[in-house]
This record gives sequence, C-alpha cells and structure tokens, in this order.
Amino acid sequence: MEEFVTLDYGSGGGKTSKLISEMIVPLFSNEALNELSDGAVVDGADKIVMSTDSFVVSPVFFPGGDIGKLAVCGTVNDVSMAGGEIRYLSLACILEEGFPFADVQRILESIGRAAAEAGVMVVTGDTKVVERGRGDGIYLNTTGVGILKTPGLSVKKLQEGDKVIVSGTVGDHGCAVMLARNENLVEADVKSDCGPLKRMALALGALGGDLRVMRDPTRGGLATTLNEFIEDSELGIELKENDIPVRPAVETVCDMLGLDPLYLACEGRMICAVAPEAEERALAILRSFPEGEGAVTIGEVTAAHPGTLVIRTALGAGRIANKLAGDQLPRIC
Amino acid sequence: MAEKVIRLMEVCGSHTMAIAKAGIKGMLPDNVKLLSGPGCPVCVTAQETIDKALALTEIPGLILTTYGDMIRVPGSRRGDNLAVRKAAGADVRIVYSPMDAVKIAEENPERQVVFLGVGFETSAPGTASAIAAACDAGLENFSVLSMLKLLEPSVRALAADPEFNVDGFICPGHVAVIIGEEGMRFFSELGFPGVITGFETADILKGIAMLIRQIKAGTAVLQNEYTSVVRPEGNPVAREEINRIFEKRTDIWRGLGEIPESGLGIRGAYAKYDAERRFHIDCGPSRERPGCRCGDVIRGKLDPKECPLFGNVCVPEEPEGPCMVSSEGACAAAYKYRGMI
Repeated sequence: MEEFVTLDYGSGGGKTSKLISEMIVPLFSNEALNELSDGAVVDGADKIVMSTDSFVVSPVFFPGGDIGKLAVCGTVNDVSMAGGEIRYLSLACILEEGFPFADVQRILESIGRAAAEAGVMVVTGDTKVVERGRGDGIYLNTTGVGILKTPGLSVKKLQEGDKVIVSGTVGDHGCAVMLARNENLVEADVKSDCGPLKRMALALGALGGDLRVMRDPTRGGLATTLNEFIEDSELGIELKENDIPVRPAVETVCDMLGLDPLYLACEGRMICAVAPEAEERALAILRSFPEGEGAVTIGEVTAAHPGTLVIRTALGAGRIANKLAGDQLPRIC
Repeated sequence: MAEKVIRLMEVCGSHTMAIAKAGIKGMLPDNVKLLSGPGCPVCVTAQETIDKALALTEIPGLILTTYGDMIRVPGSRRGDNLAVRKAAGADVRIVYSPMDAVKIAEENPERQVVFLGVGFETSAPGTASAIAAACDAGLENFSVLSMLKLLEPSVRALAADPEFNVDGFICPGHVAVIIGEEGMRFFSELGFPGVITGFETADILKGIAMLIRQIKAGTAVLQNEYTSVVRPEGNPVAREEINRIFEKRTDIWRGLGEIPESGLGIRGAYAKYDAERRFHIDCGPSRERPGCRCGDVIRGKLDPKECPLFGNVCVPEEPEGPCMVSSEGACAAAYKYRGMI
C-alpha cells in the first residue's frame, strides 16, 4: 500500500479490490462478506439479505438524480441483486459545517421519494457534522435489509452457453456526473439512469435455477463487473461490441474525453446471466418494466478463454477488456 | 507466400487507441505491420519537463491545473507523480480545457495558477486562447508551463535516423484540421507515402488501403482520406492564434532528444504568462527510469510487448514510463487491448 490514500482506491477497479481484499476483508472476515457479492446473505428467522454502501458523489445534484436518490437506489439495488426483497434501510448522514439546510431538505425529500418508489422503510439512522473543510458538503451511508426471495444466485452457477443480458444503456450515470462536475465541458443531454432495480430483480426470480447471477454495474462499469463474474473461473465471457447499448450522446462525450462507456458507472441498470433456454423469458420479464424496456442480450459465457472478458469488435477481432485500472483519465485531444 | 513486409506508422495518440480498440492489427495480413510513432503528447514529454511540473507543486499556495493524462506520469524519483503529490496535500486539479484553468485563476486571485500546456498543434490553439483570455482579463496569477510540440520536426528527426524503417504514414487527422493538407506535404517531401486519416474504423482501414496501394505502385504522395473534416488550407485562424502567442523553439523529446524549432515557447510579449519565466523552477537532475524503453517505442524501434518491463514491472496502475500512463500511449493501448483473440 502507498503512504497516502489516492483517488485510485475509490475507482472500483484493481486498487479498490486491493483495498477491500487486503485491508478490510481480513479484519471483518466472515462467510457472508467473503463472497464479496452486492449483498450479504445471512441467517435469521428467515434468510436475510444485507448490504451497505456509502455515497460521496460530487456534485450532490446532477441531471437525473442526487446523492439522496443514489443512496437509496444503490443499496436497494445491491440487496436486490443478491436475491433479496428489501424491506428496511438505515441512513447515516455526515454533513459538513456550512452546508445549506435547504439542500439537506431537498436531499432528504429525494430519499423519501426514492424509498417510497422502492417500497422500503428507513428504520434507523445517524447524523454527524464535521468541521468546514473536512467533508464535501454531505456524505451518506445506507444499509439495507431484505428477505431472501431468490436463493442460490452466484457466479459459481455460471455455465458455458449462458446468455448475458443488460437491462438498458450503459454509462449514463457516470457520464451525467462527469458533465455535471464540469459545467462548461460539453453541451450534451445526458441524464443519470439512477433508479431502483427491485421489481425487475424480484420478477426474474420466476426463472428459478435458470437465473444464475445478477449484478448492478456501478463503479468500474459493465466491463469491470463482468470481469468479477469470471475471476479465477474456468469460464470466460464474450460480448458483441455492436450489441452493447450506449446512448449516442454518451458515446459522443466519451469520444471527446477519451473515456470508455464500458467502464462508466450505471446506477439503475442490471446485468444478469441466464440459461440459454431462459433468454427470451428473461428479456420479456425485464422489458415488461419501464426501467427494463431497453433490455438486450449482449453476449454469452464461454469456455474458450477462461477468466477473460473478450469484446468482439465489428471487424470480428476480439479484444480483452480487463478490470478498470485506476480512475479513467480524460485524454488530451 | 513471401510478400514484402509493409510497415506503416501512425503519429497520433487517437489513432493508436482507435486501432487497438477496433482490433485492426490482428485483422491485417501478417506482412502489414502498424507502428506507433511520437504521437502521444504525454509520451514525448521529456523527463526534465515532467520533473519541472512536479517541482511546481512545491511552491506554496500554487494551484497546478492539468489534463488528466499527466497525473500519473512518473517523476525521476521513484514513487513520485502528481497524483501522489496531490494526495500529500498539493493542490493539483484536473481540467478539461485550458479555459477552466483561467476560470480557476479568476476565482482565486490571491493564488498562482499554472496550467500544464501539453499537446501538439491540436492543443496549441486552445492554450493560446487561454493566455489571450488571461491577458484580456488582466490576470496576474495565471501562467502556462508550455510543453507544446510540433509534428513536422519530430517526423523529420525520425526520418533522419538511418535505422528508421517505415514505408508510409497514417497522418494525424486532428493535426491536419489545423495545419491542413499543405502542412502535411513534408511527408511526401521526405519520400513517404502519407494519407491524412480519420478516426472511425472504416476511415483507418481506408487509409491503410490507400497507403498499401501507393507502396505497391511505388508512389509517395500525400492523400487525404478525411476530406469531410480536413481542408487543404487547414484552419488559418487557429494558426494565427498560435503564432500570436507562441514562437518556435528548440525542445527536448523523450526518445528523440533535442530537436530545433520543434516546440512552442511563449513569446516575450506574453512573458508573464510563462511559468518558466515567472517561477524559478529547480528540480535537480532528471533521469528516466532504468530499463524504461519508451524512447525506443516512440521511435518505432520496439514494439511495446518487446519491452522487458511491459506487463510485469510496468502496468497502467504502476507505470514506469509515460507510454504506459497516457490513455493514448502505445504501451497503455497494447496493455489494455493485449492478447487479441
């Protein structure tokens, strides 16, 4: 580890993994945490799914959402991806001295709306205030608790030939935040996809064992999340580049800034892998919800290149897409 | 079939990435080789200049603004780069345009703001406009560390090397937007077939096909594949803006050494916007990382994968040399898209 925490440790890529696996997991190691899934499955009266997430997004308001909506959806989605029907949320706020109460109000209201939409109760919380200069306005943490409805989801269930499906366009959130951060950058109409995945995830439970695994591609984006599907695995994944849905505006912004939309965060999209015979049913379920109307198959699980995500380009060449290395840096020309 | 090997070079970071991303190298016949030349601005920046940028962060209160590509380029001292300096407390800010740096200067009148002006003819007009804007606004706290470089002198220096072995050039479409077809004629004057090429996969394939046709026919002329964007005369307004603020000067290139009239320095009339004149930057002796062969990669002598450091000691997260840092660097592209299947 380096002497100082650098931004790379928050990027969701290799260094984030290093921080998690070397500094955090050894201290808190338990069966539920060690799976490093989007949500932990633990014992209880019933099977309970728990997940926690902290939110430090800047700016706190961006097209399509704000830190409050994000804090609800982020945790709702993690519990949902782990097969849980989320019921309860905790909410912790760390506020910086001098942050306007009007903004606090606006964010809390947004949390209320998002929680109602996702059908979840905020049942406990905490607030701290730090000195001016010691925080970036507002930080939030949420922990979600849900009842396990779709057991057995795991990357270990992947089989050769499984179809990989994404519920909509990728990279919208990451792109929208980047544009909001740099107002004069580019005029582009891009909104965050931030939204709850609960309904779609629960509905996909009807596929039973044909539903192998679900994840929401947040930090590190689609490519990083799919790498996590196949890490240390005998299987690989192959995607068709032309089939991956990216909004033209996102594509344009990425071209200008030298970013790759496959590595930009989504906050209201899910990826799932399903048995080939369940592909059409899975697509029909996802498309029956407005938030999943853009669902498409983007590739499949293969034994041809174990542990490797390959993107087949329009030319027919295959390129390896690794996990994100550090934060994406905008390029020069 | 023992066909002659055809070696084509691109000299633009955007081409490097577009070629790697589309997987073009793997789809070409074995006897057509694509090489990356000195087209990545970060990669050709001399170690001494990188160290100067790092030294600027030691000036109390100074805000250093830069394009994102620069922040992980390693300094002479192990473990040193702008990201580490930022984590240790230096005020280093990533901007997307030099005008953002001017705005930061306006918002922080009591602090010095320096912009790292890196790039080629494509970046120079924007940097010139930023200096002009700072001048118009009467700003006393904005300056630029100019690392701007010119295409033609670098290609001439490459070509002067007796070992240089390239049959044709994929000419950079973005630079051509500024300098025009006229500014690209030197490729054919040097005896190389050249095609000004765009950045879509189809553009690049067409450019390669046009070059191969020229090579087979034994001609060496300049052609323009990117006619939708590149005009014969380029953009004279942008060139005037460059010439108003900057003048040509001898510059040091990583891998190519000192090349006369290859860099853009800030004219005396705008001296106060020149960070090198405003601050006495002392960074001690500079030295490239032992074993780093970015220089050979830039000259097309070494494929990134042939470098002993590639992929083991030198990876994008812990780069030894700039070609692995910049998203446009030949090594970063080769690493990111390594092992085409």
